[in-house]
Amino acid sequence: MKYMIALLVMGLLTNNFVLSKFYGICPFLGVSKKLNTAVGMSAAVIFVMLMATAATYPINVLLEKNDLAFLQTVIFILVIAALVQMVEIVLKKFMKPLYNSLGIYLPLITTNCAVLGVVILNIDEGYTFLQAMVNSLGAGLGFMLAMVLFAGVRKKMENCDVPEFLKGLPITLVAASLVSLSFLGFGGIVEGMGLI
Amino acid sequence: MSSILTAVLIVGIIGLVCGIALAIASIVLAVPVDEKAEAITEMLPGANCGACGYSGCAGYAAALSSGETTDTALCNPGGNEVSAQIAKYLGLSAGSIEPMTAVVLCQGTYANATTKMNYKGVQSCKMASQLFGGPKDCVHGCLGLGDCVRECPYHAINICDGVARVNPAICKACKKCVAACPKGLIELLPLNKSKAAVLCKNKDKGAIARKECKMACIGCMKCVKVCEAEAVTVKNFNAHVDTEKCTGCGKCHEVCPVGCIDILNL
Repeated sequence: MKYMIALLVMGLLTNNFVLSKFYGICPFLGVSKKLNTAVGMSAAVIFVMLMATAATYPINVLLEKNDLAFLQTVIFILVIAALVQMVEIVLKKFMKPLYNSLGIYLPLITTNCAVLGVVILNIDEGYTFLQAMVNSLGAGLGFMLAMVLFAGVRKKMENCDVPEFLKGLPITLVAASLVSLSFLGFGGIVEGMGLI
Repeated sequence: MSSILTAVLIVGIIGLVCGIALAIASIVLAVPVDEKAEAITEMLPGANCGACGYSGCAGYAAALSSGETTDTALCNPGGNEVSAQIAKYLGLSAGSIEPMTAVVLCQGTYANATTKMNYKGVQSCKMASQLFGGPKDCVHGCLGLGDCVRECPYHAINICDGVARVNPAICKACKKCVAACPKGLIELLPLNKSKAAVLCKNKDKGAIARKECKMACIGCMKCVKVCEAEAVTVKNFNAHVDTEKCTGCGKCHEVCPVGCIDILNL
């Protein structure tokens, strides 16, 4: 149980997927302009991460039994792509406004390295199925935390007089790096709480 | 050899399962495309200016096709032509649109209005007006920092001599500038009709208003007395013309001692 909490805290704060591992920067910069789309995007990513972990874990067992571990990447991308398509169909049916506001970034979850990253890391770390799921949830929540925090930062930035040459993406990247630096402050929190 | 076979088999089976699942899902969860709405979207100008009160052209089209509104005359940029086209397509009676244009009711140019400070802050009317009402002595006047210029989707507004001016030939009356002006100086007036308009929103007493701007309305009531249609009223030392009642006779223009009433034929 302690280890599960540790995994969750690590995913959220110390090993945050976006801010300390630099996965999934594309949607992080693309969809963080507004709070509600940021939350919607993160929810979709959390869902895809959990589903992908649940689907790929048994597939990986099958692959390792047949000595076919080299197929991991190909099959995982295949499964993730199918899952994202499924999420797209469901969102289009039941949440049209969110579907419209996410636009191109929704199908791009397919190539979101955060999703593939969490799936592959789960296997590399040798987690059990439950641990893998908790780790995926932590990673997804960490993604959401980063998105929501950064949406706030960008909203604040809209009212700032940014120098002409830094307007747009450059100042966004500078701000992202500062948020990322601030997350370094969480280093050692897991050890400090005695969770590991 | 056999390991290649199992590899192909595993990838093939997983691909097949995913494919079938997606095919079933796309049939079960299919979203019917609203052809009516798409056809109406095609007819609308596509400027997404929001003058109709919906989220954009697609939003208005959806509202029309679903029967949420039967008013085809909400699209100002499209005008009567688009209104008739949509009405014909939907079998509704076409509403008529009176062509309007936005007018900035201020004449506080550099020559006319005095300034109280040298403003070097953020170049935005909204920001400047929060600092003692802006750089001009008259806190009701146009600041000329271009909030409306940036808001206008048709590039119909320019800053001339420190005051915003709308080009009626380009203006589509989408009201975006009306909402953008922190001083509430922009109003819609009918096109191609002679109407009197008070080009001032100064609400200070006459003597004070006169010091702030040469063209400021001093609330002298002369226009009220001379108007035969009873279209002019003075409230808070500021005259206002009711365009519905105004006949465009021009008497108020002649009698105005400061020249803030003009007969506009836009």
